[in-house]
Amino acid sequence: MVRHMRWLAVLSVLLIGAVIPIGSAGAAGTNKLEIFSWWTAGGEAEGLAGMFAAYKQRYPGVEIVNATVAGGAGTNAKAVLATRLTGGDPPDSFQVHAGLEIQTYDPEKFLEPLDSLYKSEGWDRALPKGVLTLLQYKGHYWAVPVNIHRANVLWYSKKVFSANNLTPPKTFAEFFKIADTLKAKGIVPFVLGDKEGWESGHAFEAVLIGTLGAQGYAGLWTGKTQWTDARVTQALNTYKRMISYTNTDHAALTWDGAGQYLINGKGAMQIMGDWQNGWFQSKNYSDYGWATPPGNAGVFDALSDSFALPKRAKDRDNALNWLRVAGSKAGQEAFNPKKGSICARTDCNQALFNAYLQSAAKDWQSNTLVPSVVHGAAAIESWAVKYKDIMALFVTSGDVAKTQASLQAACKDAGVCK
Amino acid sequence: MTSLLLIAPSVLAVAVFVYGFIGFTAFASLTKWDALAPDFTFVGLRNYVRLFETVRFQIDLRNTVTFTGFFLVSCLSLGFLLAVLLDQRIRAEGVFRSIFLFPLALSFIVTGVVWRWLLNPGSVQLGSTGINLLLDRIGLGLLKSGWYTDPKFGIKAVVIAATWQMSGYVMAMYLAGLRGIPEELREAARVDGASSFQVYRHIVVPLLNPITLGAVIILGHISLKIFDLVVAMTGPGPGFSSDVPAFFMFDTTFRGNNFAQGAGIAIILLVMIAVLIVPYLVYSLRTETQR
Repeated sequence: MVRHMRWLAVLSVLLIGAVIPIGSAGAAGTNKLEIFSWWTAGGEAEGLAGMFAAYKQRYPGVEIVNATVAGGAGTNAKAVLATRLTGGDPPDSFQVHAGLEIQTYDPEKFLEPLDSLYKSEGWDRALPKGVLTLLQYKGHYWAVPVNIHRANVLWYSKKVFSANNLTPPKTFAEFFKIADTLKAKGIVPFVLGDKEGWESGHAFEAVLIGTLGAQGYAGLWTGKTQWTDARVTQALNTYKRMISYTNTDHAALTWDGAGQYLINGKGAMQIMGDWQNGWFQSKNYSDYGWATPPGNAGVFDALSDSFALPKRAKDRDNALNWLRVAGSKAGQEAFNPKKGSICARTDCNQALFNAYLQSAAKDWQSNTLVPSVVHGAAAIESWAVKYKDIMALFVTSGDVAKTQASLQAACKDAGVCK
Repeated sequence: MTSLLLIAPSVLAVAVFVYGFIGFTAFASLTKWDALAPDFTFVGLRNYVRLFETVRFQIDLRNTVTFTGFFLVSCLSLGFLLAVLLDQRIRAEGVFRSIFLFPLALSFIVTGVVWRWLLNPGSVQLGSTGINLLLDRIGLGLLKSGWYTDPKFGIKAVVIAATWQMSGYVMAMYLAGLRGIPEELREAARVDGASSFQVYRHIVVPLLNPITLGAVIILGHISLKIFDLVVAMTGPGPGFSSDVPAFFMFDTTFRGNNFAQGAGIAIILLVMIAVLIVPYLVYSLRTETQR
C-alpha cells in the first residue's frame, strides 16, 4: 500500500512543481535547511533523524525541512529532484549515490564542487582511498559520503542449512550442488523477488564478480574488460541456471517480500545488499547467516549514499554546515547504526554497531573495493538503467546471446566500449 | 466582437498550455536532449529510430494492442450484458446499478493495489493467496494461474482489473440507451414474429450503435494512455510482459533523464490516440452540421 502512495506523491509533486513559478528561487536569508532524500522507511528514517539531531546540537535555531520522496533505490526521488534542479528551485542539499550517478545531475552546471570542504575538514585523510576515487568526477568532489553499503552478500537460513548439513557455497559448483539437494526437499534454493526490476541486475553483479573476479568486473565499467568476453557468456549461463532454482512467484515479490521465504524456513539463499540485515531484525528474525556469494570472497561490492550541494541553494551556509555534520565522525556514528550501514570514515567506534556491521567493517578495511552499478556507483545513470532493463528481461527470456549483445550495445551507447 | 473577447483568454491558455506544449514536445523529440540540462541540437528522427529498435518499446506496443483489444471486447460485452439484465425491470434495480457502477468511483491506484493482492499467485512453498486460494478451496485448483507473474498472461491480468472498474460505466451508458429505445419498436418486431434474440440482434443493437461508438472512444483512449493501473498493480512485470508505453516514458524521462526519447514516446502515444479520436471528431462534426 505504502509503496503505491509513493507514486501518488511523486506525481503530485511533479504537478505542483510544474505549476509553481520559479519566483521563490531568489528568496534568501531564511534560517532553514531543506534536506532532500528518499529515506522514509524504518531504520533509514531513524538514521536521518539521528543526523538531524547531531546537526541541531551544533547549529541550534535552524529549522530543518525534511523533504523526503519515498521509493526504493531512490527511483522516484530522482524524478522529483531532476525537475527541481532544472526548474531553478533546488533543495539545500540532496541525497545521491556516490559515484558516477552524480553525472545525472550535470555537476558542472548544477552543483558546487566541494574540494575546499574536503581539505578543511580533513576528509581526504579520514576517508579510504577507494571511496575518494569513487567520489571524484571530472577531477572534483561533488558530494560527501555518509555511509557504505555492501551489495554482494549471500543471506541464508541457518535452519535450512543445518537441517541438511550444508555450509554456504564457496563456488558456483557448490552452489548448484546445494541447490539440487534443497530442491529435492521442496525448499526454494535461491530466493528472488524482482517485482521492481532492479533486483535481477543486483544479483547478476555478484555473479559477474564471482566469474570475472574483482579486476575483470571493475573493467566492465571502464572499458578494460569487453562485454563480449567469454567469461561474461559464462556468467550469463551460470545466472540462467541459478534462476531455474528460484521461487515461482518472484515477479510478484519485492526483495523484502522474498525474504519471507527465509523467515519461514521455506527458502535457503538470497543475494541482496546488507539492508536485508535491518529488515530481518525488524521482523524479529535472527536465525540467518551471511556469507559472500560464490567466488566473491575478498571483494566488497560497494555503494554509498552521499549529499551534494546544488548551485543556487537558498540557505547555502546552513547546507555547508550540514555537509560538515554528514562527513563528521559524530554525524556518521549517529546515522549508521540505525540505518544499518557502516561508516564511510574509518575511525568510527565499532562498539556502536551490531555483529553483521562489525564484520562488514572489517571486510571493508581488507577487501578489494568494486563499485555497484545498480546502485549508482559504477556507471552513468542512463547506462545503469539500460543494464537494469536488460537483466530484468533476461530472467524471463533466458536468451544468453541476445542479452550479451544488448549489454555490449549499452556499453557502446554509454561511450565506454568501442 | 464581445464574444471574441470573452473567449480570448481560454483560447490563449489552450493555445499555449495545450498546443504550445504539444509543439514543444514534438520539437524536443527531434533533439539530442538526453541529460538533465537541455541540449537542443537537432538530430532528426534518430530518437524514433532508436525507440523502435528498443526491445522494451516493441514489447510495450504489442502490450498496448493486446490490452486495448481485450479491454474493449470484455468491457463492451460485460457492460452490455449487465445492462440487458438490469433492463428486465427487476426488483431493487437501483441497488444493483449502484453496485455495478461503484468501481468507477475508485481511482486506478486503489483498483491496482486491490487486484495485485487478489491476483498474487502465492507459491507452492508459502501457499496460495487471493484468487488462487479461492480456486483451491472450491476444488478448481486446475484453473490456478500465475496471473501477472506469468509472462504469457502478463498484461491480460491488468485487463481483468480494468474491466472490473470500467464495465459498470459501459453498463450505465447502454442502460440509458436501452431506456431510450421506444417500446413500440420492440412490440412491432414481436408482432412480426421476431424471437427475443432477433429483437436484440436486429432492433436493439443497431439502435445502440452510437452508444457503442462513444464507449469505444472513451475506453479506447483510456486504454492507450493507461499508466496508473499498471504502476500500482504489476509494474513492468516479468520480461516487461505488463509494461506499457506510458510507463516506459516515465522511466526513460525521469529516471534515465533521456528527455528527447521520452518526448518521442509521448508523440507516438499522441498519434495513436489521434488515430482513434480524429475520425470520431470529424464524424460528429459532420453530423452536427447536417442537422
